[in-house]
Amino acid sequence: MAEQPFRVLPRVTPQNEHFWRGGAEGELRFLRCQPCGTYVHPPAPVCPACLSKDVSPEAVSGRATVATYTLNHQPWVPSPDHPYAIAIVEIDEQPDVRLMTNIVGCEPSDVHIGMQVQVCFEQHEDVFVPVFAPVAS
Amino acid sequence: MTEILERRAALSGIGQSEIGRRLNRDPLELTLDACLAAIEDAGLARDDIDGLSTYPGAMGASPGFTGAGVTEVHDALRLKLDWFNGGLETSGQLGSVVNACMAVATGLATHVLCFRSVWEATAQGKGRRAPIGGGGGGGGGFRASGPMMEFTLPFRAYSAANWIALYAQRHFHEYGTTREQLAQIALNARKNAACNPQAIYREPLSMDDYLSARLISTPFCLYDCDVPADGGTAFIVSRAEAARDLRRPPIAVEAVGTALRGRPSWDQFDDLTTMALRDASAMLWERTDLRPTDVDVAELYDGFSFITLAWLEALGFCKKGEGGPFIEGGARIARDGQIPLNTHGGQLSAGRLHGYGFLHEACVQLWGEGGERQVAGDPQVAVAAAGGGPLAGCLLLTRR
Repeated sequence: MAEQPFRVLPRVTPQNEHFWRGGAEGELRFLRCQPCGTYVHPPAPVCPACLSKDVSPEAVSGRATVATYTLNHQPWVPSPDHPYAIAIVEIDEQPDVRLMTNIVGCEPSDVHIGMQVQVCFEQHEDVFVPVFAPVAS
Repeated sequence: MTEILERRAALSGIGQSEIGRRLNRDPLELTLDACLAAIEDAGLARDDIDGLSTYPGAMGASPGFTGAGVTEVHDALRLKLDWFNGGLETSGQLGSVVNACMAVATGLATHVLCFRSVWEATAQGKGRRAPIGGGGGGGGGFRASGPMMEFTLPFRAYSAANWIALYAQRHFHEYGTTREQLAQIALNARKNAACNPQAIYREPLSMDDYLSARLISTPFCLYDCDVPADGGTAFIVSRAEAARDLRRPPIAVEAVGTALRGRPSWDQFDDLTTMALRDASAMLWERTDLRPTDVDVAELYDGFSFITLAWLEALGFCKKGEGGPFIEGGARIARDGQIPLNTHGGQLSAGRLHGYGFLHEACVQLWGEGGERQVAGDPQVAVAAAGGGPLAGCLLLTRR
């Protein structure tokens, strides 16, 4: 992998560590309601659909679709890789679970709405940042 | 029908400090300049003020985002308050004004001083615009937390420019909106700013200038982003019957919109072509018999150009998805057009006073004091709206 860009890292807590450290096992994980199956994101201790408190982390396939994107040109932070692609992706299992993320592994100009993507992880210290690359067609 | 309580409130005075780029002035002093100007404008004395409201109040935030909180203004002016309110978790910047309307409507206060001040131009210095949340630090052990930062900053989405650009791009995709159409928000603002002596950028801006400007976050270029400024704005919200005999004819509050019925999130909101302003706008029209065709002037937040387009759609000046064609060419939104828009130059050209500037201009227009930029025909109804993403609040004002 090319040199990794600077990232502000999240504060990892017992409530969110399934998400930010699932990549250590190559898994994208979300809380899931055990009675009704709804994925809960961002993490919260109650299912927004049925209000059950029986929620626990589960892995998803990591497949997602680009719902929208932007190519960031502005050097908020110095980096050699401008422009880079920021996207909102919808996960295959439940499209109303979205992630703001980066699209990697392709030219930024190739990113488009509807693009099928697959999660991969960028490790920074103790955090595995889920970013997405195009699914090989 | 339940009483529309905001009709018991009126705007009785407005005030603004010096406004500019890098004034290097004490932000509390700028704030107080605006506050004292508003008190005088209403024909009140300091001791008449019994309520105080602001957005976002004192907070650790990106540089210059807040010039003063409730406590500083309260103490500096030695106010004797029956009611006060400051905070970020409300219906956008104008939520602080709506709260004041409710305080006077319910008898908690009679004259509420509302203020919002910024000193982002000075605080950000000569460098580029600051990212949100200290994202530019690098090292130092800063870790993002909280719902707004945890799921944005780690993905190098440092700025609201990125967050709003995502919505704009989706709108472009679904409705065929173009950069040439979106440009009209910026070009219209600049034309109006040319007639506003207080505006920061007043020199002409052409479509060529716009299209050749450097990109910030596609589809946004430099001119789609508002200009950080230093300045304060203040209002007096009075109980309507207490405003009747003051210096000015009071401006009536016809209806407010404060709703957020979707998820309070930049990335999880149900519709990526609109924002919380959809809900605030819907609520506004649920509270009045007036219709968008009754509105004579619209002052709609333009932290980024696309937000204004989204407000135009949400408030019903055109249909959902038709904002691009509606503003194309700029004639409909010009001062002599179907719905005069951002007549002071908006935050894009007049300066980022962060929401309060739009309400200020709505009052200026209703009082007929716009000078060279005054909309003809003695406007009677104005809408002022502020906020983007999960923030949104709006007020419908009349000369009634």
